[in-house]
Amino acid sequence: MQTLIENLVNAGTFGKNASVVAAIVIFVLSAVVFLGVAFPFAGIVSWVERRVWARIQSRVGPNRVGPNGFLQWLADGVKHVCKEDIIPDDSDPTLFKTAPYLVVLAFVLPWAVMPFSSSLILADLNVGILYMTSVTALTVVGVLMAGWASNDKWSLIGGIRSAAQIVSYEIPAGLSIFPVVLMTGTLSMQGIIRAQGWAPQHWFLFANPFTFIAANILYISALAEGNRTPFDLPEAESELVAGFATEYSGMRYLFFFMAEWGNLFIIGAIITTLFLGGWQCPHITKNVVLMNVLQLIVFNVKVLALVFLSMWIRATLPRVRIDQLMLLCWKYFVPISFVDMIGTAVWVAIWPDGNAFMGYIMLAGAIVVAVLFIQRVIFYLRRSRMEMYFNPTI
Amino acid sequence: MSTLRTEEMTLNMGPQHPSTHGVLRFVVRADGEVMREAIPDVGYLHRSIEKIAEKVGYHGFMPYTDRVDYVCAMFTNQGWGSACERLGNIEVPKRGEYCRVIAAEFNRLASHLLSIGTMGMDIGAMTPFTHAIREREMINDLIEELCGARLTFNYMRIGGVAWDLPPGWREKSNAYLDHLEPILDEFNNLLSYNKIYVERLANIGIITAKEAIDYNLVGPNLRGCGVKWDIRKDIPYSVYPDFDFDVPVGNGHWGTLGDSMDRYMVRVFEMKESVKILRQALAKIPSGPVLAKVPRNFKPPAGECQIRVESARGDMGWYVVSDGTGYPWRVHVRTGSFAAMGIIQKLSQGLMIADLVTLIASLDVIAPEIDR
Amino acid sequence: MEPLQILERVKNQFGDRILEVADRKLDPFAVIDPKAIVEIGRFMKNDPELQMDCLSNESGVDYKDHIEVVYHFFSYQRRHTAVLKVKLPRDNPSVETLENVWKSANWMEREIFDLLGVNFEGHSDMRRILMPEDWQGYPLRKDFVEPLEYHGISTVRESPIIRLDTKKK
Repeated sequence: MQTLIENLVNAGTFGKNASVVAAIVIFVLSAVVFLGVAFPFAGIVSWVERRVWARIQSRVGPNRVGPNGFLQWLADGVKHVCKEDIIPDDSDPTLFKTAPYLVVLAFVLPWAVMPFSSSLILADLNVGILYMTSVTALTVVGVLMAGWASNDKWSLIGGIRSAAQIVSYEIPAGLSIFPVVLMTGTLSMQGIIRAQGWAPQHWFLFANPFTFIAANILYISALAEGNRTPFDLPEAESELVAGFATEYSGMRYLFFFMAEWGNLFIIGAIITTLFLGGWQCPHITKNVVLMNVLQLIVFNVKVLALVFLSMWIRATLPRVRIDQLMLLCWKYFVPISFVDMIGTAVWVAIWPDGNAFMGYIMLAGAIVVAVLFIQRVIFYLRRSRMEMYFNPTI
Repeated sequence: MSTLRTEEMTLNMGPQHPSTHGVLRFVVRADGEVMREAIPDVGYLHRSIEKIAEKVGYHGFMPYTDRVDYVCAMFTNQGWGSACERLGNIEVPKRGEYCRVIAAEFNRLASHLLSIGTMGMDIGAMTPFTHAIREREMINDLIEELCGARLTFNYMRIGGVAWDLPPGWREKSNAYLDHLEPILDEFNNLLSYNKIYVERLANIGIITAKEAIDYNLVGPNLRGCGVKWDIRKDIPYSVYPDFDFDVPVGNGHWGTLGDSMDRYMVRVFEMKESVKILRQALAKIPSGPVLAKVPRNFKPPAGECQIRVESARGDMGWYVVSDGTGYPWRVHVRTGSFAAMGIIQKLSQGLMIADLVTLIASLDVIAPEIDR
Repeated sequence: MEPLQILERVKNQFGDRILEVADRKLDPFAVIDPKAIVEIGRFMKNDPELQMDCLSNESGVDYKDHIEVVYHFFSYQRRHTAVLKVKLPRDNPSVETLENVWKSANWMEREIFDLLGVNFEGHSDMRRILMPEDWQGYPLRKDFVEPLEYHGISTVRESPIIRLDTKKK
C-alpha cells in the first residue's frame, strides 16, 4: 500500500500538492481499514464465538437476528449505543471516560502493520513486529485506568490483576519473538514472512525445536495478554463480577469487549506472521491482483483457524489462580524463552541457512500428534448429537 | 519488604454476586488478593418455613418442604413424611418406599449434577456446566412425568407417595441410566482430571475429620474428610438395606485429605452409586399400593421425634413436636448447608479471593437450605 | 448403647441434676438443670463409653409457659444418639453456651437466639443470624405478632380475591 502510494506520488498522479493528497489518501484508507475491517471483525467474532461456544456446550446460540443470527452483533452494538452511559458519582470522571478509548486504541493501532498480503499492508515499518508488541501493551494503561477510576474495589482488583498479568507476560512474549528475528535479521512483518515458504516445512514453526516451543509460548502469552481464558482473571465473572469493567455500561462497556474480541485477530496475525508463513502461497498465477487475493485468503484462513482455537480453549478450560498465573510466567515461560533464544542462536550458528531435514521431521511429528488428537475428538463426537454440532444453520 | 505498608480492605461479596449460589453475603477482609477472613452473613432467603409449619397442618406442610431445599426437594419431602409417619406410627407400603427411593436417588443425581456443574462454572469452565444441566434436564423430564413438577416436586405424602410410576417409566429410566453412565466418565475427562482444575481445588480448604465432626458437617462434606458415614448405610431407613452400594470417601489422592477436590470427587463417585441403587430399585420394585391409609385430618399422638435422612447435601434432621392436634407444635430442620456455612469463616483465613468461590462451591452450599 | 442406657449413665454420674427422664417417648430424653449443661456436655463428650463427638442438632421450642432448648447428641464412634433438654423461663431465658465444647453450637445457638430469644451466656458472637439486625421480637414464640410494616414496607398483602371484587364494582 505504502509503495503503491509512493509510486502514484512519484508518477505525478496527484498533481502539485502531492504530499497533502497522499496524506489524505492514506488517512482515508486507514479509516476504511479500521472502520470497515477492524470493528466489524470484532463484532462478527463476538457472534461467531457465541455460536462456536454454543455448539461446544450443545446449545444453539443466537440465531434470531438475521440469517442464522448473523446480525446479532449489529443488534448488540445498537443496544449498547442506546443504553445509558452511567458514570458513578465517586469515580474519577476524566480517567473513567478516557480508559475505554485507550483500550480501543491499543486494539486499532496494530492494524497499521497488519500484513494481509504481499502488497496489502498500510505501512510496512522496518520495526513492524516491535511496533505491534509495544502498541498492544497500551491495553494495560487503559485497563488499569478503568480499574482505578471506577472507585470500586472489585474493579480495582481486576485492574491490578490485569496490570500484573499483562506486564509479566510481555516478557516471555517478547523473548519468543527473538528466535524468529535472529533467523531473519529483520523486524519488518513483510521481511519475516518473505523469509518463510508456503509449505509447512518451511514455516518457522517447524524450523527447529526452539522455534516450535517459542511459537507455543508466544501463543499462550498472547492469550494471557488478551485476557482470554484460561487467563481471564481481570474480568473473572465468578470472582470479580466483571473485573475492571464492573462499573461500565453502554458504549464504554462495549469498547472493552470489542477490543477483547478484536485482539483475537491480532494474536492470530502475530503468530501467523512469525511462525505460520503469513500470506505465503504457491505462485500459481502471474496476475498480481489475483495473487494478492489468494494471499489475503491464505492469511485469513490461518488467522481464523487460530481464532477458532482460542475460542475452543475458552470453552474448555477453567481459569487459573493469580499465583499460578505468575508461577507459570516467571518460573517456566521466562527461563524457557531464554533457553530458546540461546538455542536458536546456536542453531543459526551451526546451520546459517536452516536445516531442511529438521523441518520434515518436525512436520511429520506434528501430523502424528494432530491425527491422534482428531481421533480423540471424533471418539467423543460419536456419542454426541452430530446434527447439533455440524449443522451451522440451526 | 518489612517496610512495605499494606492496608487491609473490606469487600462486600453478595448478596448480588454471580458466584454466591443464591443470596449469600460475605464480608471479606482482604489484603490484596489474600483474605484475612470472610465473615458469612445469611438470612436473605429466610421465609420462616418453620413458623409456617405451625399454621398449615401436617398434610398442608408437604408443599412447603419443597422450598426448604429446592435443589433436592425429594429429600425434604421424604424427611417430613418419615417424621410424621414415625409420630403417627404409620407403615408405608413397600412399593411406596421403593417409589420414594427411586425419586430421591434421581433427585440426588440432579442435585449433584448441578453442584459439580456450578463448581466448574465458578472456576471459569462454562462447558461442563451446560453439559451437566443438559443431563439434569433429562432427569427433570423423568421426574416431571412422575409427579408433574420439575423443581418443587411435592411428590410424597404422609404414608407413601402421591402417584404410582407411570406405565413405561421404568424402561425410560433404565435407558436414561444407560445414557448417563458414559457421560459421567466423559464429564470426568472434561473437568475433573483437568490439570488446571485439580490445581485450583487440591490443597484448598482442608478440613480434618475431627474438625468436620466438631462443626457437624454432614454428607459429602463429611465423607470428603475421610469419614465413612452415610445414613443410608449406617442408620438404614426406608428400603436402603435392600440395595448393594458403596459409600465413596475422600482419599486425598489429588492433594491433602479433606480438601476441596476430595469433596468434589465424593460427589462425582456418589452419582455412580446412585445409578447403581436406581438400577437395583427399578429391577426389584414390588407391586402393591403406594400410599398407606392416612386420615385426611391427620392427628398424631402428642410426642416428639427426630428423623434423619441422607439428602444430597447430607444428613438432614427433622425434629417434629406434636401436641396431639392437627397442627405440629414445632418443626425444626437441621440442614447440611447451615453447618457448612459455619465453617467457612474458619476455612477462609489465608485463602485467596478466588479460592473463596471454589470453597463455597465445594461445600455445596444452597441458600434456601441455610435460611429456610 | 441404647438411648435409655446413655441417659441412665448420665443420671448415675450427675444424680439430682437430671430432673426427669422421659422413657416412654419415641426419642427418650432427659430434662436437666440448665446450670449443668456445660458440665454434662463435657462429660458426654469425653466419657470413653459415650464419646458424643457431635452436637447434631440444637433447637428451641416455645411451650407457652416455658421455653425448652433441645440438644440432640450423636456419636460417630459409638453410633448412638441421646437427647437432652433444658427448661427455661419465658422472661429473659438464658443458658450457658455449648460453643466451647462443640463448635457447631455457635450457629445453632445464634439461630435460637434470633428466633426464640434465648440468650446464651459466654457465646462469642451473639447476633441475629436470619432476621435483620434491627428486627423487634422473636418470631418463633407463640405470642409473636407480625408487625404491619418494616421500614415503611408493608408486610400485609391484600387478598387478590377481594381486589377482583372491587374491580367489578
